[in-house]
Amino acid sequence: MADIPESWKVPPPKAWKLSTPEELVKDVDHRPLSLLGLEKGWMRTAPDVEIKPGMHCHAALPKRLETVDMPNPRQWSAMDEDWKLPRNWKEIILEGFKDRLGRFRSFQLFMDICVRCGACADKCHYFIGSADPKNMPVLRAELLRSIYRKYFTTAGKLLGPIAGARELTLDVLREWWYYLYQCTECRRCSVFCPYGIDTAEITMMGRELTNLLGLNIDWIAAPVAFCYRTGNHMGIQPHAYKDMIEFFLDEIENVTGVRMSPTFNRKGAEILFITPSGDVFGDPGTYTCMGYLMLFHELGLDVTWSTYASEGGNFGFFTSNEMMKRLNAKMYAEAKRLGVKWILGGECGHMWRVINQYMGTMNLDIAEGSKLEEPVSPITGTKFENTKSTKMVHITEFTADLIRHNKLKLDPSRNDHLKVTFHDSCNTSRGMGLFEEPRYIIKNVCNHFYDMPAGTIREQTFCCGGGSGLNAGEDMELRMRGGLPRANAVKYVHEKYGVNKLACICAIDRAVLPNLMEYFVPEVDVTGLHEMVANAMILEGEKEKTVDLRGEPLPGREESE
Amino acid sequence: MSLKNLLLQKRSRIVKKWCDVVLRTYPEQSQSFLKKKDPFGNPLGHTIAEGIESIYDELLQGAESDNIPLFFDNIMRVRAVQDFSPSQAVGFVFGLKKVIRKELGSEILKEGISEEWAAFENRIDGLALLCFDIYTACRQKIFDIRVNEVKKQSHRLLKMAGLAYELPGDYEHPGYEGDLKEGQVNKSE
Repeated sequence: MADIPESWKVPPPKAWKLSTPEELVKDVDHRPLSLLGLEKGWMRTAPDVEIKPGMHCHAALPKRLETVDMPNPRQWSAMDEDWKLPRNWKEIILEGFKDRLGRFRSFQLFMDICVRCGACADKCHYFIGSADPKNMPVLRAELLRSIYRKYFTTAGKLLGPIAGARELTLDVLREWWYYLYQCTECRRCSVFCPYGIDTAEITMMGRELTNLLGLNIDWIAAPVAFCYRTGNHMGIQPHAYKDMIEFFLDEIENVTGVRMSPTFNRKGAEILFITPSGDVFGDPGTYTCMGYLMLFHELGLDVTWSTYASEGGNFGFFTSNEMMKRLNAKMYAEAKRLGVKWILGGECGHMWRVINQYMGTMNLDIAEGSKLEEPVSPITGTKFENTKSTKMVHITEFTADLIRHNKLKLDPSRNDHLKVTFHDSCNTSRGMGLFEEPRYIIKNVCNHFYDMPAGTIREQTFCCGGGSGLNAGEDMELRMRGGLPRANAVKYVHEKYGVNKLACICAIDRAVLPNLMEYFVPEVDVTGLHEMVANAMILEGEKEKTVDLRGEPLPGREESE
Repeated sequence: MSLKNLLLQKRSRIVKKWCDVVLRTYPEQSQSFLKKKDPFGNPLGHTIAEGIESIYDELLQGAESDNIPLFFDNIMRVRAVQDFSPSQAVGFVFGLKKVIRKELGSEILKEGISEEWAAFENRIDGLALLCFDIYTACRQKIFDIRVNEVKKQSHRLLKMAGLAYELPGDYEHPGYEGDLKEGQVNKSE
């Protein structure tokens, strides 16, 4: 204990103000909470739950649910009066609730131990951007807890609203659905919870329950169905996947003069590379994909792409744990089929949370009898001990290691026109603690890097506003509200340092952040990390480069007229 | 005493009350959070507090200021995507009149400066119109972003399928200024 300095004195009594008895009893009330109208606050469902356009995604089409045998496929809309629920919907929910409380100890704990201290309340990007109290993580969780209390605790059964319990009604269900799909499962709130409650997992359980009634959104259900059928979110078939990558080879050749020759589904390769399909089909992720191709070519890496495991993302993760497992299985099945030694993973967000947090009890049994082993970089000899169990290395770990061992020829001045800041993706930062590798790479491939302020980066990073399947077009207002804290921090570094590039390592970020920037900070553009790596890389046999991968002129190297 | 001096004298009170007018458009449970001074943890509250104060100061400067639209833009860019009807989103501007009348009503009468006050009120009306313009521009931007997002997602696939047509780089436009530059693809950049 610190010593009390001698100069310290008891504060003079006049600084204290004693309350009168009248003042003290002012807040004491003998009436039960229900009479005080407390249930009219956050516990009131109607008319607070006005489902508004711009704030939710389109309902899942029946064929998506049919593809993966999910219940209650039908045409419906959240704006409809009638959600076409099964007659025994209440039973289904309560049965599902009970089942999950029994199966997941974490869920039972999270229902019981919250003391409503409010530490999480102002940490959610949707609350910060909307000021809607039901976006406070504690209240979003209370939506479920109040039902838990009513049907699964003695106090709640006996005391009802006084114990914070309430009946499960259609309005409650509507409220659940509305707010469970206003959470990106980013887990920023859990960083601040003194009990370690993972509010994202409460959302995940809530979404599992709504899925029992067929209440999914199409932006999640469609990628799930496509992924199950063709291996990737876009439903792209193998030949189109290959065509697209070959299309990139032409573009790379135009810029660098070097032709690369990646392989597909090649048995006996040392490494299988898996990345989100967003990198293959959506700008600006496509430039990052070109970056991967150039890196592998330059290293002469014995790597193959798969047209079957053609997706790193896993929207099953936003549906149910069973669906997550089902869709993830292809990665390990393919690694076994091709006989690779380890898997290298691209710049993706939730793929890494699935790998890093859940793989231990998910699909590792599929890999039994395969040639998978503890990953070792064939270029530097570095053992990636952290991936001993999953056999899957993040590409920034791989590339940072290459740079550390001087294995890449880099000319960071090629990126001199960029003033870069880095957005820590929720999943790679909070889900796997990947803070230093991306920053190390950026500092080696460009000369101007400026971090955003503390409290908005690393483990406290703000979500892009469109994670967990919410990056649809119809919920743009929701995305912009949720993205406000992130955009605000980018705006700060833009105004202070002239930052014009926002780097990230997640395909959803690359899809969501350009729009967020266009709305709040239009002077800032979005890039993947390996796009910058590729632009700085000096390739063996390259022609004199005048433009970058986007065809934009390199500073000081413009073609003479 | 001139109106300007009165407004300067009561500056902090009026600014605080005008700020409260904006904050009261948000749910009661969230208002204490919005008052927290944290530019990164509470960007909405910070933008409102900073914007309202600066707009008031600029307004007292008299001449039309370039900064007023900027501060309104910061505030409206957020309110345009929140749970407000257009009138609710913009309405706080008129709140300034009410606040000033309440604070300075008797002084204005006493000093016989009601004409000056009427002119000032007109300027506040002007601010409301400006604010509405900014609101609609923000809404328009949201619609543009939605359309462009669809185009961006499908452009490469269309191009690959030979369904997207691009003007050749050396194509010369027949002499009129269109929305697209020569050789530019019809997609957002």
